[in-house]
Amino acid sequence: MSAVLDHHGDHAHDHAHDHPHGWRRWVFATNHKDIGTLYLLFSFTMLMIGGILALCIRAELFQPGLQFFNPELFNQFTTMHGLIMVFGAVMPAFVGFANWMIPLQIGASDMAFARMNNFSFWLMIPAALMLVSSFFMPGGAPAAGWTLYAPLTLQMGPSMDAGIFAMHILGASSIMGSINIIVTILNMRAPGMTLMKMPLFAWTWLITAYLLIAVMPVLAGAITMTLTDRHFGTNFFNPAGGGDPIMYQHIFWFFGHPEVYIMILPAFGIVSAIIPAFARKKLFGYTSMVYATGSIAILSFIVWAHHMYTTGMPVTGQLFFMYATMLIAVPTGVKVFNWIATMWRGSMTFETPMLFAVGFLFVFSMGGFTGLILSMAPIDQQLQDTYYVVAHFHYVLVAGSLYALFAGVYYWGPKWTGVMYSETRGRIHFWGSLVFFNVTFFPMHFLGLAGMPRRYADYPMQFTDFNQIASIGAFGFGLMQVYFFLFVVVPMMRGKGEKAPQKPWEGAEGLEWEVPSPAPFHTFENPPKLDITATKVIG
Amino acid sequence: VESLPGGPAVNQTDLHPPVTKIAAEVQTLHYGLMIVCLAIFVAVFGVMFYSILKHRKSVGAKSANFHESVSVEIAWTIVPFIIVTAMGFAATKTVVAQKDTSNADLTIKATGYQWKWGYDYLKGEGEGINFLATLDTAQREMSNSGHPSGDNYLLKVDNPLVVPVGKKVRIITTANDVIHAWMVPAFGVKQDAIPGFVRDTWFKAEQTGDFYGQCAELCGKEHAYMPIHVKVLSAEDYSAWVQGKKKELAAKADDPSKVWTQADLVARGEKVYASNCAVCHKADGKGAGPIKALDGSTKVLDADKMVQVQVLLNGQNNGAMPAWKQLSDTEIAAVITYTKNSWSNKTGQTVQPSEVVAARK
Amino acid sequence: MSAVSNHGATPYYFVPGPSRHPVMAAIGLFFVILGAGQWVNGHGWGAWSLLLGMVIWLTVLYQWFGDAISESQSGQYSDRIDVSFRWSMSWFIFSEVMFFAAFFGALYWARNHSLPMLGNLDHQVLWPDFKAIWPSAMAGLTASPAGTVEPFTTMGPWPIPTINTGILLTSGITLTIAHHALIAGQRAKTIFWMWVTVLLGVVFLGFQAYEYMHAYSELNLKLTSGIYGSTFYMLTGFHGFHVFLGMLMLLIITLRLTKGHFTADRHFGFEGAAWYWHFVDVVWLGLYIVVYWM
Ligand code: HEA
Ligand code: HEA
Ligand code: CUA
Ligand SMILES: [Cu+2]
Repeated sequence: MSAVLDHHGDHAHDHAHDHPHGWRRWVFATNHKDIGTLYLLFSFTMLMIGGILALCIRAELFQPGLQFFNPELFNQFTTMHGLIMVFGAVMPAFVGFANWMIPLQIGASDMAFARMNNFSFWLMIPAALMLVSSFFMPGGAPAAGWTLYAPLTLQMGPSMDAGIFAMHILGASSIMGSINIIVTILNMRAPGMTLMKMPLFAWTWLITAYLLIAVMPVLAGAITMTLTDRHFGTNFFNPAGGGDPIMYQHIFWFFGHPEVYIMILPAFGIVSAIIPAFARKKLFGYTSMVYATGSIAILSFIVWAHHMYTTGMPVTGQLFFMYATMLIAVPTGVKVFNWIATMWRGSMTFETPMLFAVGFLFVFSMGGFTGLILSMAPIDQQLQDTYYVVAHFHYVLVAGSLYALFAGVYYWGPKWTGVMYSETRGRIHFWGSLVFFNVTFFPMHFLGLAGMPRRYADYPMQFTDFNQIASIGAFGFGLMQVYFFLFVVVPMMRGKGEKAPQKPWEGAEGLEWEVPSPAPFHTFENPPKLDITATKVIG
Repeated sequence: VESLPGGPAVNQTDLHPPVTKIAAEVQTLHYGLMIVCLAIFVAVFGVMFYSILKHRKSVGAKSANFHESVSVEIAWTIVPFIIVTAMGFAATKTVVAQKDTSNADLTIKATGYQWKWGYDYLKGEGEGINFLATLDTAQREMSNSGHPSGDNYLLKVDNPLVVPVGKKVRIITTANDVIHAWMVPAFGVKQDAIPGFVRDTWFKAEQTGDFYGQCAELCGKEHAYMPIHVKVLSAEDYSAWVQGKKKELAAKADDPSKVWTQADLVARGEKVYASNCAVCHKADGKGAGPIKALDGSTKVLDADKMVQVQVLLNGQNNGAMPAWKQLSDTEIAAVITYTKNSWSNKTGQTVQPSEVVAARK
Repeated sequence: MSAVSNHGATPYYFVPGPSRHPVMAAIGLFFVILGAGQWVNGHGWGAWSLLLGMVIWLTVLYQWFGDAISESQSGQYSDRIDVSFRWSMSWFIFSEVMFFAAFFGALYWARNHSLPMLGNLDHQVLWPDFKAIWPSAMAGLTASPAGTVEPFTTMGPWPIPTINTGILLTSGITLTIAHHALIAGQRAKTIFWMWVTVLLGVVFLGFQAYEYMHAYSELNLKLTSGIYGSTFYMLTGFHGFHVFLGMLMLLIITLRLTKGHFTADRHFGFEGAAWYWHFVDVVWLGLYIVVYWM
């Protein structure tokens, strides 16, 4: 890949002496674009690993009875699938996007702390190694679910400690990454790029980074208590000594719920860039988009116990959390309406980024509606910990976060690599993913309504057919991602394909389209002069 | 496979047919919410698809350049706000009803163990009855074989919970080791069972029959194998069952001061072992993976019998080996004697129930 | 490896060239977590791995900060970078606040929700004889429903915690005196008051260590003393660790001052460490009230 990214020579701003080559360029990187690329490659690798684990889960669930794995191993798969997807695939992918795009979008020369930026990246490698290698530790990987509920975690083998320390390191990485992003946005905008002229992607990341800094330490606190309960005789989660297992859940979900918005807000940002570009019309309701994002972030701190309706909260608690949760539909709705109003009376074309963005809108909203159904306490009493929940969060995470990531790769990929993807292949990827996604996860709603619990290695015979459909879909979906990797990502990285113009999308706006494709190693070393809309460089 | 009445139906796409008022209300709420959501969904995405069809460049659409409208924005903030508030109101009554466990006719404590349920009838007709409900062992073997069959696969237990029809039954949940959840979909009931704490829920079944559920909180490797089977009987049948069960329990009750022969203890212990220990430690006592072998274990072979008694009473390794204090003194004595004299273990030691009583303090 | 684009003038925004510090630091931390995970499970070699990792990590940090300091001293850092440092330190402190919030939250929940619940009527099914009273509210109780916790005496505010409060408050004042002296360009005075502040930090830690020893040997108050011991040691220990960090920061700043770093108008390194110290101070006041008095 370096062949492509190295190609930049003609740009006036470049400093030859500042342009490392070979492995040092990547390992010692301080360039936001290189670090962004590293993040994206890392996250794609983790998506593959997490995906293979998911396929193991689906293979086991193809039929009732245990065919491939014992239940203990199955639980390890489920747990590690969740952890790897959340902390290894989706979050780093968005950080990769932030690294690449935020300095470009706001006219900054780089991230505020370039060395710390690389540190945030390299911290993920030891953590990922620890997590993945825990499969080979005595007793196998952690098997207590990605939520790591006490007291089950207290029973886990040594891998649990490896997992806890890995999460600490990932948390540190996230916090440093977030500080970097916030400071870059607050302090490094080109003159004229006021906050309210900033692209929404930068806005959503600003708010996401705030959420991350607020909640990652809380997760660290929770798992630190797990660690001391495991090894140092404390009694945080042990009722015999006055502790409380539910205390873990409160602390975890105080992190956990904002965490799910951490995984969706940057996706909203990406979609908010793409829809106006392909509707050839300005984003509708920019200001309300910003406020809606902020409201979602604030509300996300007061809804956590909707994951805990069945733990037996008092009535008042149930009611409070039910109402608060439902409220989130309002700002999210504002966003959906704004996107549609942006499309309304536009002049739309449907290249792959737009297809994924529209796909996102449609399928994510289905996930949002099932979320709303879950937020109703009495109904959740029936659905909690069933496959309905699994269906809900894959609709918002896969068809939400992951689709937005795909959309972003197609949209900004030409800027990164300097070559266009193949439109036909993009379409195949989109339609294949859309169909197989729904084949996989739609039947899970039925399974959940019928009462099939999640994290089950085996199930009653009556659930067989829907599980088989889901498993077939999962393998199809997996294949589509292999196709994406081999036929879209690899060619782009190798520079195969039509050369991308500086601005490949007719309707696109923003400073990233003011620099050549591929973006040169150094951009905006001196702050650019911007026009009044802060979308064009005029000097 | 056929549908299982009271359990899952083949390719069921909806909640279970409700058997309690609460379950019925939940179902109504679910339908209502589904309809509202579907309506909004169709309306919102109808607009989007209309726009996608009409406002595309290929049909010659030119883009307009409006991008703001305060009134529209306010409208689509207020209207959803009203809708969700209305949804909340609709659900409030059910939330309150669901949590109202007062004035129960019968109170039963359900204790989650890794991996079985223990039931104690605390109050009401049948008070004093207690038993464990374990997945039928043949089911677990079928699961391992990979070729299961039967309509009640994974749902068949040895001792179902029995309750009378039309009576308010309050279930108190708690757990011995980790969190479990007691769920019966047809009753609209799911309640986590939390070690060291009690929680409660209730139901009033409106028809007799068999109803099934499963443990709904990840509780370790056998999480999928601790089903719940509730038998709802008519008042008369229930009374008869209570009489029978009480007699049975009285006959089975062991006198902990009785002195047993080693052979009798081993014979009894083998049964206890098969139904409690073999899931993890295996029938051959060899264990597997992180699970310690009993065959040749230093703790089992220890000359001080109390070493093993303490492990059984208190568990080990943070409960990875759970505490088994819920077993009777005789059962503990028997199973220890069995493990001390089986496979290659030839200690010749015998543990009498009275020694367990003493160890319990 | 070092700074580039340096033609004498201060760049608009200094972006460092490639650096091996981040990856080396990550390798150091790899050995730390690898070792820690093994050590807590009773594998002796884990301690060595942890030690090796710490050595690598600290060495790298030393070099890394060394680079940053020399960049700063050579005038590469524009005012804008100064602002970046301010923002980043503020957000870092915010993250620390949230870290403490998790433990304060645990204390709150355990005292005001779990404990009363464990002792209420419903829970008599499980814990018939349990009296739900927080240990510091009545002598001799352990707040352990199963009675598995050995009796212990709780830690009151007298005398050590109160002395320590005084020490921390004083150190805040001495630090401020040092700051004013720095602004006034009185370097010797600055250095003197910085040493006093560092010393106060050390004394605080000494008292805290003494308090722990006293708790273990005389009060029988241990990590294993039920939920009271858990929250007591987690909160005070985590805080003590932060005092240690803050003290190290102040020490480094003092040493830098003796080397002639910092000017009257440019000394964010100083201020950042001072902010951190004040933060540690404020957390202590919270602790002092909710852990020792309530
Ligand atoms: C990207 C991640 C993401 C997102 C965005 C969401 C969004 C939402 N989630 Fe989800 N959720 C998860 C990820 C996510 N969730 C995960 C991972 C879990 C499981 C964790 C675990 O247990 O492992 C979970 C679980 C979960 C539960 C707990 C279920 C259980 O375990 O019992 C609940 C319950 O309230 C819930 C609710 C919601 C709601 C109300 C929203 C809302 O934000 C949705 C809002 C969106 C819309 C409503 C659609 C668009 C709106 C309109 C078109 C406007 C008009 C609409 C109306 C007026 C109604 N979620
Ligand atoms: C963003 C997060 C994310 C993503 C993307 C996914 C993606 C998928 N998930 Fe995941 N899932 C979670 C987050 C996610 N999941 C979480 C948080 C849980 C809860 C865990 C818990 O309960 O604790 C969960 C749980 C979960 C379950 C429930 C398990 C259980 O309860 O026991 C299932 C079951 O079907 C499942 C399936 C899938 C499938 C089929 C995909 C598919 O989308 C995956 C598609 C596959 C690929 C993308 C891989 C393709 C690659 C290959 C085929 C190999 C090719 C190799 C080369 C090219 C070299 N997931
Ligand atoms: Cu018990 Cu799951
Ligand atoms: Cu949530």
